[in-house]
Amino acid sequence: MLSDYGPVAVLLLISVVVGFLVLFMSRLFGPYRPTARKLAPYESGMQPYGQAIRRIPVKFYRVAVLFILFDIEVIFFLPWAVIFRDLGLYGLAVMGVFFFVLTAGFVYEWKLGGLEWD
Amino acid sequence: MIDFLKDIGFSHDLAVLVAKSLGVFVVGGFGLLWTLLGIWLERKLAGRFQDRLGPNRVGPVGLVQSIADTVKIIIKEDIVPEGADRWVFNIAPVLSVMAVILIWAVIPFGPGLVGVDLSVGVGYIVAVGSLGAIAVVMAGWSSNNKFALLGAFRSVAQLISYEVPMVLALLVPVLLAGSMRLQVIIEQQYIMYLLAIPMTVFIFLTSSQAELGRGPFDLLEAESEIVAGFHIEYSGMKFGMFYVGEFLHAFTVGVLTSVFFLGGWRFFGLEDLIVILGLPVIGFLALIFKSLLAYIFLIWVRMTLPRLRIDQLLNLNWKFLVPLSLINLLVVAFVWKLIPDTDEIDSFGDAFWPSVALLVANIAMFVGMSVVLRERGRRERARIEALRGPVDDPGMGTNAVPAGTGD
Repeated sequence: MLSDYGPVAVLLLISVVVGFLVLFMSRLFGPYRPTARKLAPYESGMQPYGQAIRRIPVKFYRVAVLFILFDIEVIFFLPWAVIFRDLGLYGLAVMGVFFFVLTAGFVYEWKLGGLEWD
Repeated sequence: MIDFLKDIGFSHDLAVLVAKSLGVFVVGGFGLLWTLLGIWLERKLAGRFQDRLGPNRVGPVGLVQSIADTVKIIIKEDIVPEGADRWVFNIAPVLSVMAVILIWAVIPFGPGLVGVDLSVGVGYIVAVGSLGAIAVVMAGWSSNNKFALLGAFRSVAQLISYEVPMVLALLVPVLLAGSMRLQVIIEQQYIMYLLAIPMTVFIFLTSSQAELGRGPFDLLEAESEIVAGFHIEYSGMKFGMFYVGEFLHAFTVGVLTSVFFLGGWRFFGLEDLIVILGLPVIGFLALIFKSLLAYIFLIWVRMTLPRLRIDQLLNLNWKFLVPLSLINLLVVAFVWKLIPDTDEIDSFGDAFWPSVALLVANIAMFVGMSVVLRERGRRERARIEALRGPVDDPGMGTNAVPAGTGD
C-alpha cells in the first residue's frame, strides 16, 4: 500500500512545491509597479461595473446534475469490467438489466427535453 | 537500485519507497522538460497548417524559442486583479500543472520501466485527470472578471459532460484486458486495440479533444467571444503554468492513446529485443513515437475544424457520444462473451480471431451509426427548409444554419 501510493504522494508534494516556486519567480525577477488602472479587471477597456461573481444560469446546473448521475453509473461499470471474464453469462445478464434501467431513464430525460440547451 | 539502497543501510520497505519515488520524479521531470521541445513542435506544425513558417528566429529552425519564451514570461510583471480571491487565484495554475504531472506517475515506458504500476491505474488516471477542470473553474471564479467567469461556466458544462464518454471508452480496454493495470493492458495487446475496436478510439479521441478544450471544442477560451476565457487575468509565470498545463495535457492524451489503443511500448515484435538485448530504451522510443503520432493527429483535427456553438457541443455529447459509447460498451462486452477462449490470451494466435470478431462488430456499429446520422440529418434539413425555404448550399449563405450538423 505504502510502496504503491507513497511515490504518488511524493510526486504530489514535489509538483506543488515546484509549482509555487516557479509561480513566484515572476514576483522575484519581474517588475512590480501597480496602478489602479492596471489592477482593474479587464473589460475591453471600459470602466468595469458591478461584481463579476453573480448568479449562474440554471442550464449549467442541469448539465452538472446530469453528469453526476452518469458518473455514478460509470463508476459501477468499472469493477464490473475488471472481473468481466470471471462473471460468465450471469454478469452480462445482470449488467444488461442495469443498462436497461439506465437507458430508460436516459430516454425519458431526452423525450422530456432535458437535453435541450435552450 | 533497491539493492544499493539496502546496502547503505535502508530497510527493505524504505528502499522500495525511495527507489519508486525517484522513478516517479524522473518521469515527472521528463514530462516537464519535454514541454520545451513539444511546444516548439506544436507551434511549428500550427504554423505549417496555417501556411506560415512558425518560430524560426531563435536558434536553428527556432529550436530554442521555448527557452526564450520562458525567460520572457518570467520577467513579466505579476498582476493580481483588484477584488480577486488571492488564494484561489494563486492555487489554480499550480493545480492545473499538478493534475497532469500526476498522470505521468503511472505511464509505463517499458517492461518494468514505470513510476508506480497501480492496481487501479485507469481509475487513478480518470480521477487525477479531472482535477484539471477544477483548476479552470477556480481560475475563472477567482479572477473577478466577467469574461473569466463565462469561460469557467462553459468549461464546467463542457469538461464534465465529455468526461462521461471518455470514461466509457476507457472501460473497453479494461474489459478486454481484464485489469486496470496499465502494464497488463499493454501486455494483452498482442494485436493493438486500434485494429480491433476503432469505434472506441474514435469516442476516446473526440471526448479527449473536448476535455483538452482544444480544436473544435475550444469554447472555454474562445478568443473572439470571451477574449481568453478563464485565464484572461493571469500574467507572467501564472499564465505560463496554464500554458504548460494545457500543452502537457494534450501530449498526455497522446500518451494515453498509445498506451490504451496503440500497444504502448510494443512495436511489432521489437519488444522482444528489450529483454534479449537489455535495452529498455527501445520501449521508451516506441511509446514516444506512437504518442507523437496520436498527438499530431489531434493537432491536425484542431487546426482543421471550426469551433462549435455551445448547444451543438452539448448535443454532440449527450445525444450522440453518450448513447454511442454505451452501445459500444455493451456490444463489445456481448461479442467478447460470445467468443469462447477469451479467458487466456497470451500469443498473437490467441488474439487473432477475437480481434477479427470485434472488428466485424465495430464495422456493423459504424454502418448503423451512419444510417441513424443520415436520418437525423435529413430530418434537420426538412425542419430548416420548412422554416426558411429550400437550402441549396448549407452553411454558405449569409445566416444559413448548417443542416444536419452538430449531432
